[in-house]
Amino acid sequence: MLYTAHFGAAVLGCYLVAWAMFRSRWPVHSPSIAILCWQGLGLAIGLAVIGVPVSLGLAPYDAPPGTAMVMLARDLAGGQLPRELGLGHLALISVGLGIGAVLLGSTVASLHAAVRARQRQRDLLALVARPDPAAPGVLVLDHPSAAAYCVPGLRPRVVISAGALSLLPRDELAAVLSHEEAHAKERHDLVLLPFTALSRALPGVTWVTRALATVALLVEMRADDRARRRHDDALLAAALARFATAPSHATPAGMLGAAEHDIVARVRRLRAPSSPTPYRAVLALGAALFLAYMPISLFLS
Amino acid sequence: MTRLGDLERAVMDVLWDRSAPATVREVVDALDGRDLAYTTVMTVLDRLAGKGMVERERVGRAWIYRPAATRDVYIAQLMLDALDQAGERDAALVRFARSVTGDEAEVLRAALERDKG
Repeated sequence: MLYTAHFGAAVLGCYLVAWAMFRSRWPVHSPSIAILCWQGLGLAIGLAVIGVPVSLGLAPYDAPPGTAMVMLARDLAGGQLPRELGLGHLALISVGLGIGAVLLGSTVASLHAAVRARQRQRDLLALVARPDPAAPGVLVLDHPSAAAYCVPGLRPRVVISAGALSLLPRDELAAVLSHEEAHAKERHDLVLLPFTALSRALPGVTWVTRALATVALLVEMRADDRARRRHDDALLAAALARFATAPSHATPAGMLGAAEHDIVARVRRLRAPSSPTPYRAVLALGAALFLAYMPISLFLS
Repeated sequence: MTRLGDLERAVMDVLWDRSAPATVREVVDALDGRDLAYTTVMTVLDRLAGKGMVERERVGRAWIYRPAATRDVYIAQLMLDALDQAGERDAALVRFARSVTGDEAEVLRAALERDKG
């Protein structure tokens, strides 16, 4: 029961830290720390949710979960289970392992879907995109709508539409391209992967959807920060505003609710002076890392 | 770009520029400036068929090839992915920004005007 209480405490702790982070303003100023916090919380809650039923089922062994798992495996191999270990215990262990399998499976499925979508992108880009002297190293798509994106991978591609090329002055274009290169270099697709996987495993669960949207926005802010190192804040803000207000030829209105809010938040942030890392950020990071450490150490003990 | 990717593109350009489906021989002839072997072009067409970019059909003893879709259709597909019409935040692509509408757009337009001034 002691171990179950630990796992339960980790779940509760994750919930509280996540709740605090949704309400705080500091993540906007320290997106990198906030991303780390979310990664830690994601890992912690995944392991803890597996840990609660597993540790309940392993209670008859009266040993830490890691050791008890090994003992159970040995007993199963020997065909001799302890008398106290009933069907209920085995069912609980199966539930825990089942949750683990679902989480792992949806991660693999998300990765697989992303890899396929990217391969299709690369195949099509090879046939229809063209290089342009105005943007060296970048693929240009001849389409009037404004779009700039990155196809992540080992050999990433930065793509911009002809509409975006004509929309942006040269210096703003350079800032946008720096932003995309930051996504590619820091593999932000992998940062997002656990959260897309979680929302695939638990579709329609509000706080999962919210965490994914939050991390997606933080990743954009992080890429904005990387671009700011080399370009003026105002350039990036202007490019964002220009992009967002460009008439779109391909997207029907009314489907982009979340993004509207995001872009305004990014522009506001770029126009505000930067502030030092707040102590709350450090506190949250410490909490998230401790919460991740807790279930890991239980499974290893 | 790889040599193979380059060839695929050249072959697709030939098919897109023709109004009718083409045989391997016709593609080779259209690319005569490149001095390509018949088998090379056939391999490239096979690869493109494997990726679903071209469709082939047997006519008599020869295969004829046609593009599975126009160039504009492919560009539109890429753009729809890029603009994320479904609103899904999948991990496949990372985008710079999406279009906004209504009041938020007004806020941003105002920001843009201030930056100019």
